[in-house]
Parts: sequence; structure tokens; C-alpha cells
Amino acid sequence: MDIAGFTPVSAAIGGGLIGAAAVLLMALNGRIAGVSGIVAGVMAPLRGEGGADFSWRLAFVAGLVLAPLLASLVKGEIIAIATPHPLWMMALGGLLVGYGTRLGSGCTSGHGVCGVARLSTRSFAATATFMAAAIVTVFIVNRILGF
Amino acid sequence: MRVLSALLVGVLFGLGLTISEMINPAKIIAFLDVAGSWDPSLLVVMASALAVSFVGYRIVLARRAPLFGAAFQLPTKTTIDRPLIVGSALFGVGWGLAGLCPGPAISAAALGKGEIYVFLIALIAGMLLKDGLAPKRA
Repeated sequence: MDIAGFTPVSAAIGGGLIGAAAVLLMALNGRIAGVSGIVAGVMAPLRGEGGADFSWRLAFVAGLVLAPLLASLVKGEIIAIATPHPLWMMALGGLLVGYGTRLGSGCTSGHGVCGVARLSTRSFAATATFMAAAIVTVFIVNRILGF
Repeated sequence: MRVLSALLVGVLFGLGLTISEMINPAKIIAFLDVAGSWDPSLLVVMASALAVSFVGYRIVLARRAPLFGAAFQLPTKTTIDRPLIVGSALFGVGWGLAGLCPGPAISAAALGKGEIYVFLIALIAGMLLKDGLAPKRA
């Protein structure tokens, strides 16, 4: 276990905010806070669909982008992130995440948080599946292929 | 009001992702790397998010309707089918390859790192590959 890398306090606070955001979106707008579905909805007008929901979905996405900028402002420096895997894995990963979340009707937020919180069996199955697939993938990439 | 509330909720959600460092692919991969120097932080994020949403949903969904809408819109499907499992498995592989899922990827885009944009463009391409670009014929 990576004791130095383990950040339980910020994880608990951040997780609490994510949960609170999910509850608020339901209380205010009556919607599941599933990011893959919201992003797909932003592109729905390309197919002439989902016009009524376009604005709030775009606003939610804008909020997601705004947040790290606000945090960087408060911190006084740009928040540092690192991408340990090569660029082609980012591209292939993006393609699989995009296609897979649409086929599987959700991602970490919609299934993993909102769905599991509603005790949806579909979301339990989806979450167990993507967690297992991701752990196996990183095991192969990091431990067998040695990236 | 629906738009303003979605914006504020988006900021709150994004702050949660930022504070918990879930926007950092290195942190996600360290969680998924159970055979390496495993970092269990994501488990705490999930547990905390679930504790709040589990209780919060129960209170909210006991009401008749959302504040700015006619009804709560909840998924109605209950069967575990092939697309759910295949799609989730593909998503999991992509999550492990990149260390990013949709929410964190969008937030991380604010930080101006090229690798994140490559992921996002591919993500949108993947979504359009499934959903289609042109209007569906009835």
C-alpha cells in the first residue's frame, strides 16, 4: 500500500462534495448526475435531439471546467496533474471510454455513485464490471508490459 | 433556474473531483494498480460520495417533484443485459489505459495539458461512434 500517496482526508471531503452535487442535481433539476450521459446530451442536437435539455447540460459541463480554475486561483498555482501512460493509450482509452459508457449507459458518476446510491442492480453490475476491467488493464499495462 | 442550478452543481461536483485529486490520472492509476504501490484514496472518495448520496437521495426522492421540474427522471431499465456488461467492460479498459473517466477528463481540460485534449477528442469520437452523428430515421 502506498501510505505516502494515500490522502484519506481530501478524498473524504472531495467525495462528500461529489455526493452532495449528485443529491442537489436530483433535488433541483430531478436528474441523475451522470457525466457521460450529460456530455452525450450536449452533442445530441447534432442529431436533432434533446434540444430542451441542451442548456442545463452545457452549464453543468461548464461548471466542471470552472472548478479546477477556481481551485487553482485559491491555491495560487495551477493544480498539478500527471499522465503516466503514453499518448496512444490516452487516445485509445478515450475512444473506449466514450463508446463503452454510451453502450453501458453510464460511467463512474452515473452508475458508480448515483446508481449504487439508488441500489440499482444494473449499476452494481456495471460498477463491478468496469472496476474489474480497469484493474486488470492496469495490471497488464503496468505489471506485465512494464509501462 | 435549471441552467443556473446545473452550473453551480457542476462547479460543486468539479470541486469534489479536484479536492479529491480524481482529476489526476496518476492518482487513478495508482488506485487501479493493486499489485503495485496501491493508493486506496479512490475507495474513500467513492465511500464518502455514496454515504452522502445514499442518505440525500432518500430525503429528496421522498418529495413529489424537483424544485425546478415536473418530475424526477430516473432510469427505468432493470435487467442486466449484454450492452450494459460489454459497455462497462470497454469503459473499464479505457479507464485503466488513460486513468480518466468522463467527469475528471472534462475538469482536467481546464488545466491545459495536451494529453487530456487527446483523450477528450477520442472520448467524443467514441460517443458519436455509438450514438451516431446524423438524425436517426424513424
